[in-house]
Amino acid sequence: MPAPAERRLIFAHIDEPGYTPDLACYLRHGGYGVLQRAVARKPEELCDEVKKSGLRGRGGAGFPCGFKWSLLDRKSGKPIYLIVNADESEPGTFKDRYIMHQDPHQLIEGIMITCFANNVKLAYIYIRGEFPQGAKILGKAIAEARAANFCGPNILGTGYGCEIYVHRGAGAYICGEETGLIESLEGKRPYPRIKPPYFPAVLGLYQCPTIVNNVETLCHVKHIVDLGGEAYAKIGTPNNTGTRILCVSGHVKKPGFYEFEVGRITLGQLLHEVCGGPLPGRKFKAVIPGGSSAKILKFGETFTLKNKDGSTRTLAVEDIPMDFDTLAACGTMGGSGGVIVMDDSVNMVEALANINAFYAHESCGQCTPCREGSLWMKKITGRMVHGGARPNDGELLKSVADQIAGRTICAFGEACAGPTQSFVAKFGDEFKGGPAAMPASSLELV
Amino acid sequence: MIAPPKPDLVTINIDGKDIAVPKGTNVLEAARLLGIEIPHYCYHPKLSVVGNCRMCLVEMGLPTVDPGIKAPFGDAATGKPKINWMPRPQIGCATNASLGLHIRTNSPMVRECREGVTEFLLINHPLDCPICDQAGECKLQEFSTSYGRGYSRFVEQKNVKPKRTPLGPRVTLDDERCILCSRCIRFSNEVAKDDVLGFIDRGSYSTLACYPGKKLENNYSLNTVDICPVGALTSTDFRFQMRVWFLKQTAGIDPESSVGANTVIWSREGVIYRITPRRNDEVNDTWMADSGRVLYQQIMAADRLTAPSISGTATATEMALKSAGHLLKAGSVAIVGSGRSSLEEQFLLKKLADALRASTALVSRVGRGDGILISADRNPNVRGALATGLIPALPVQKLTALATAIDSGKVKTVLTVGEDLTAAGLSTAQLAKVAVIYLGPHRNTTSDAAKVVIPTLTVFEKNGTFMNQQFRLQKFAKAVPGPAGVADDLATLGYLVAAVGGPTLSSDLNILWATLAAEVKPLAAITYANLPSTGLLLDPTPWAALPFVERETLHFKPAAVSGAANA
Repeated sequence: MPAPAERRLIFAHIDEPGYTPDLACYLRHGGYGVLQRAVARKPEELCDEVKKSGLRGRGGAGFPCGFKWSLLDRKSGKPIYLIVNADESEPGTFKDRYIMHQDPHQLIEGIMITCFANNVKLAYIYIRGEFPQGAKILGKAIAEARAANFCGPNILGTGYGCEIYVHRGAGAYICGEETGLIESLEGKRPYPRIKPPYFPAVLGLYQCPTIVNNVETLCHVKHIVDLGGEAYAKIGTPNNTGTRILCVSGHVKKPGFYEFEVGRITLGQLLHEVCGGPLPGRKFKAVIPGGSSAKILKFGETFTLKNKDGSTRTLAVEDIPMDFDTLAACGTMGGSGGVIVMDDSVNMVEALANINAFYAHESCGQCTPCREGSLWMKKITGRMVHGGARPNDGELLKSVADQIAGRTICAFGEACAGPTQSFVAKFGDEFKGGPAAMPASSLELV
Repeated sequence: MIAPPKPDLVTINIDGKDIAVPKGTNVLEAARLLGIEIPHYCYHPKLSVVGNCRMCLVEMGLPTVDPGIKAPFGDAATGKPKINWMPRPQIGCATNASLGLHIRTNSPMVRECREGVTEFLLINHPLDCPICDQAGECKLQEFSTSYGRGYSRFVEQKNVKPKRTPLGPRVTLDDERCILCSRCIRFSNEVAKDDVLGFIDRGSYSTLACYPGKKLENNYSLNTVDICPVGALTSTDFRFQMRVWFLKQTAGIDPESSVGANTVIWSREGVIYRITPRRNDEVNDTWMADSGRVLYQQIMAADRLTAPSISGTATATEMALKSAGHLLKAGSVAIVGSGRSSLEEQFLLKKLADALRASTALVSRVGRGDGILISADRNPNVRGALATGLIPALPVQKLTALATAIDSGKVKTVLTVGEDLTAAGLSTAQLAKVAVIYLGPHRNTTSDAAKVVIPTLTVFEKNGTFMNQQFRLQKFAKAVPGPAGVADDLATLGYLVAAVGGPTLSSDLNILWATLAAEVKPLAAITYANLPSTGLLLDPTPWAALPFVERETLHFKPAAVSGAANA
């Protein structure tokens, strides 16, 4: 059951009893009605609706979707491709999987509207290798949609046709990076490309203009065309429009996924009211608000932010509205919506060691700082949790992370440096070395 | 000469200095023009740009544009445009010159970036410079000294990787030294067209490997060793043989085909240790074939001739020369020259032929062109023989005219320069009918049958020029001395010319070239000393109608006429 504060657009039918992922069920709930109305309109109008909606990408970077589409090189004479980024691998994030498992036709409808709006004749769904079930469900759904003439050649008698293919990844986090994904889709190692010159909108898949959008983003496109861009823009808060799904995991009473209007709920409301607060006898210690790459927030810290009129306001962690801009102003990000909560039982060195191990394992190895730095950080924190901490490890960790961030080919550099930078800066006491620096509760674990 | 198209120049500013460069020039190359070094590992001027080493990070700025007038804001104090510096460093290799681009290569941020990258590259590096072949010519070593911190903060276990993986017959990989720059992969794919290399595994555990079931065994594999910025790819032949700083470098020309790849011959105390390519953007870029790198082995070959002989009996050089002179003076001489001789030798041979009114011929040596740096014509200097007039037409495969002349008794003496006449269609019975004078570096059936044998030098032991398939005149220099007792080839030929009543010609190349320039029309006004190190392109039109055997190679397209004749 949705929590009272929720507003569900994308997840309207997720976990709804009796709702099945087949076409018949989707049609019973009004499915493909938006597509039917969309193909009767001009493609430019649809692009315009998306622009007006202010929709920002839900994959992690929060890049304005309409603007992304407007960057497409439409004069090249080359085909335009759409790639659906379904490589949901950001630790703490589990929203796209539900869409694909339980409501695949919503995604397909979003894809088809997007393709029609951008004159795309071929779309790929690049699905994470660890989602075999999702790939199966999508394959079946595409076949159904094709049989019902919602995709494939000459859809709904319009003369416009578009095929959708599902491509399974082979299990690498970096394939979620759009240019790495493109390389992988081309059959190569998923080494992210240098930008410039390889901006997907100009030189993407097979060196053709390409849109890469997240699963949730494309589902929003359907709702934007349904409601109208301006009406959609009224949902949420200015510049942070629509709804978004937050995936809460970790030390709360009711972890799970929730969909809210962007910015209409604070972190405190989310954790205390919606998620039921901390586990019995525990206190919240820290929270990562947007997937493991986002910088951590420490309960008890405050942020002084500038208002538009020049005045300032002070926010505690609990007061931060869960929107793109405020989280960015607080030095972290909304990211992919994966909210990871840690209570006072957590040893931050151990938590960071866990994150570092992930990034060291997932670094593609293409460029030097990330390749060498991520493993180095893993080795340092690994040594620290095994009793080998040295007094300068905190400083060293921060320095290594600073040598990575902003100097790599793709955003993985920031992603792997961010946790270390923020953990060390905010929980410096625990990184000073020696057992005394560790909270008592975790000593038993060592 | 056709004037090159005028490039679209833009002025950019690097470290406060303005420079006009063609639009699109990358910042590394532009800085090089100003004498500013931007350190880099993965960038190579002849390969695609991947930007993975991050060593060339620089600060980049562009003029702030006033949206009102759509022109850069001026700084009132200096009158110069106000520069908007980007907060993050950019890689120089992928940053191309555009109007008003500003670059800082030596700011605190840039220095810190280089320090960081250097530290990262060294933490898992074995630091085994004392036993590494690359030491002395290692970019990692040089840049660590110039841009590194000088101490290590790394106290963890280093990654352990295989130290000696044979990637193919000539290349051995030391994986621990590899910095994963991917130059070798790009070279194999883009230049050698043999996409056998790739990385396996991820992150810091990434490893260079051949595709399963494949080997790095193409004829260009050793170029990967040349371009490896560290000691990861090593030449199995050169590995652990010699410290590079002891080696003397001599500019040479690869004699294995008419491409004429430019080379560096590395020697010490009269012994050649390796041959590597020398950059020439008009000929071979920075590459050469593996097959050309082992040719120095012919110096010490078992069949090397080192002593003159008459009728199989060793003799003094003077005696052999005198004997040869007598035979030639007797008349009825045919001369078989060589497409492997230098242009100067061919000129002297032409003088000899003129003095004797002897017939001349050249034996062709045709193989398969590989489309890269080995052409179908395996003689390096057929065009030299054409230019000097030694032969009027292309070399022949079989010396049928000579065979007929021998059979008819018209020819009584044959002088051959290195060529094995039995391989060129003469029978041993025909050889027995004539007196053979053999001038060559190696023994063969003809030298065994020769009346007089005079040993000569290999291409590594003398100076001279070759004219390649483009009609580019290229100098090669003597890298090592010849064997004791073997006279200079020009002196030998000069003696024979004089002995038969021809002119006295100097064996000093500078003096000889004065004669060449005066007498050989295509070479007019050329002086040997002033020949550029990248060669001098001559006008090929006098020979445009000849059906040359070469097909397209790197930087060479056959003329339409000869192409049609080949088809």
